[in-house]
Amino acid sequence: MTLLYSEVEEELRAAVRDLLADRCPPAAVLERAESDAYDPGLWKTLAVEIGVAGLLVPEEHGGAGASAREAAVVLEELGRGVAPVPFLTSAVLATRALLEVRDSAGELLGRLAEGRATAALAVSLAASPYRPGRGSSVTAAEGRLSGTVSGVAGAEVADVLLVPAGGNLYSVDPAAARIEVAPSFDLTRPVATVTFAGAPATRLGAVDLAGVLRYGAGLLASEQLGVAEWCLDTTLAYVRERRQFARPIGSFQAIKHRLADLWLDVVRARAAARAAATDGSALTVAVAQAWNSGVAVHVAEEALQLHGGIGMTWEHPLHLFLKRAKAAEIAFGTPGDHREALASLADVPGPE
Amino acid sequence: MREADLVHEQRLRERVAALLDRHDPGGDRLEWLRARFDAGLAWVWFPEGLGGLGLPRELQQVVEHELAHTPQLDTGVQGIGLGMAAPTILAFGTEEQRRRFLRPLWTGEEIWCQLFSEPGAGSDLATLATRAVRDGDEWVVDGQKVWTSGAHHSRWAILVARTDPAVPKHRGMTYFVCDMHAPGVDVRPLRQITGEAEFNEVFLTGVRLPDDLRLGEVGDGWRVAQTTLMNERVAIGGAPVRQGGGMAGAVLDTWRAHPELRTHDLHQRLLALWVEAEVTRLSGARLREQLAAGQPGPEGSGMKLSFARLNQALSGLDVELRRELGYDDWTFRRSDTVDFYGRGPGYRYLRAKGNSIEGGTSEILRNIIAERVLGLPAEPRADKDVPWKDLPR
Repeated sequence: MTLLYSEVEEELRAAVRDLLADRCPPAAVLERAESDAYDPGLWKTLAVEIGVAGLLVPEEHGGAGASAREAAVVLEELGRGVAPVPFLTSAVLATRALLEVRDSAGELLGRLAEGRATAALAVSLAASPYRPGRGSSVTAAEGRLSGTVSGVAGAEVADVLLVPAGGNLYSVDPAAARIEVAPSFDLTRPVATVTFAGAPATRLGAVDLAGVLRYGAGLLASEQLGVAEWCLDTTLAYVRERRQFARPIGSFQAIKHRLADLWLDVVRARAAARAAATDGSALTVAVAQAWNSGVAVHVAEEALQLHGGIGMTWEHPLHLFLKRAKAAEIAFGTPGDHREALASLADVPGPE
Repeated sequence: MREADLVHEQRLRERVAALLDRHDPGGDRLEWLRARFDAGLAWVWFPEGLGGLGLPRELQQVVEHELAHTPQLDTGVQGIGLGMAAPTILAFGTEEQRRRFLRPLWTGEEIWCQLFSEPGAGSDLATLATRAVRDGDEWVVDGQKVWTSGAHHSRWAILVARTDPAVPKHRGMTYFVCDMHAPGVDVRPLRQITGEAEFNEVFLTGVRLPDDLRLGEVGDGWRVAQTTLMNERVAIGGAPVRQGGGMAGAVLDTWRAHPELRTHDLHQRLLALWVEAEVTRLSGARLREQLAAGQPGPEGSGMKLSFARLNQALSGLDVELRRELGYDDWTFRRSDTVDFYGRGPGYRYLRAKGNSIEGGTSEILRNIIAERVLGLPAEPRADKDVPWKDLPR
């Protein structure tokens, strides 16, 4: 297993980064954050022109047949830009679930791959590989679904809802569900409560929801890496410029040492994210989530402190990253949940 | 792997097989190690004739794998020679110096130590005051060094001394190989908090060193020392560790064997440290991949820093876990090496305190990362352009 980036991955990264620099710098993300969080135009370009929507879709269904490693690089860049697009929800989570039932979902996979449709997996972001049903009360009976899922990301922009219930995956027309978006902590990844009251549903097949969530958690570590990198880079640029006591504040040892420690945390987060994207085992995913979640939050918090008052303002986009980091820390398991899982995965049993 | 590497790998395997054909690893240990060196299988990235074959460094692992069952080096006692002296001699030594020193260094016939730190010059190493004055074809060295690990069994030392006090501190130093058997070299033990004396003070009084023991140009000692120091940090923090190995492994063994000692608090902390150890291991593995691919990343600068933190946190937790109020041995002893795993948790805890000091304090390493890796502005320096002799001391 290699933990380095391949040339193909670096090309993909450059394409995504250039587009985001052009079309959605953090200031632009901030501007639309309170109105229409998602940017459908940007998503169209990413999905169709760069082809990120079909990265994980096999070639026979019209996708690129790429691996999690390529998707991870896209997520690093989307994290660096807190880009308001449904890549994680549609192209990663929903797509991964569909791949388990691909015999009955080929046509939908094709539409997703071409960027003609967007899907959302109706699971709570607060669910985890260890408690996949958390936040959902949905049950299936006679081709109809009933119940509620809270904290669903990407539902309000989805053309298809994919709903796990009783070990199966169902597809539902969003028009048949009630989707209520309330203000979300993370402005760039809104969450909704989705309610089904006897909604007609098509059963697609059996799904291992814990496995899908584990896959999402492993890749989320790369997005968290991207968030941390932006916070670190932006802070470095700031402390080089900002002067107090007739010196750049970055020349003070008290500041330097904090940044050196943050850098070391980020270096290790990169290795952890690469390992999770490459082997995807329960153990590497748990390690990456236990580490990267905390690193993203810590770097964002330190970035805020080191920016002084400006870091506390709405005007500076830093808060978008802090909010994303804190929300992502909870998504797909908290760092504590993942550490707890390591007790058995790494044979570090607890007290009897 | 590239095709050229596969060809090299095949040739290496043949070479190892030929060595095993001609020499019995079960016979005389020294004879075996000498034969391995002469076959170019000591460090394959060194030039031919100097224990190597001029091959890419990552191929060393092929040799190590093939020869894993044969007599191995004592990397504890030989650590400074292998990790610091050898790469410096390779980079700056003359052909004669390389031929004279590298073979017995590698086989362990001659042990090395490092005469760098002084009572007044630790983190600010460039203020060192040990003088070397030229006298014809010789240099006369006077001064005092400190924290010299293993000086008591060393045949040679790498030494930095001041040769020109009239220029600013970084410019007036020269690098030497010091003969530890020369008259005027006085090694005295320094007893440590562990009870033992693994390091020393070394007094140098009128020590005469021939000029052919000089390494690099006169006045270029700081640059030569940088090579040593960079290698030192990689040697201390960069060794490959297996998953759940190293200091974590020592704690985990006890943890698994003694369920009655486990508490919820220790469990939480151990799991967090297990994660940190694992991500540190992974970034070490990534660093080695980068080096092998010819893209040295800055990650190396952080390895020693994380190693020190982890060793200290884990060894502290280990003492708590065992609730051990005893200690294995406070006897004043002259130890050969740091025996982390051969001794008890109390020893490990105390010895690990040195990990954030020796080979560059964690504070200095953070400065290096901040300035050289992250490009932050330097702190104002009062001493940069002042001749060494005029510096307040």
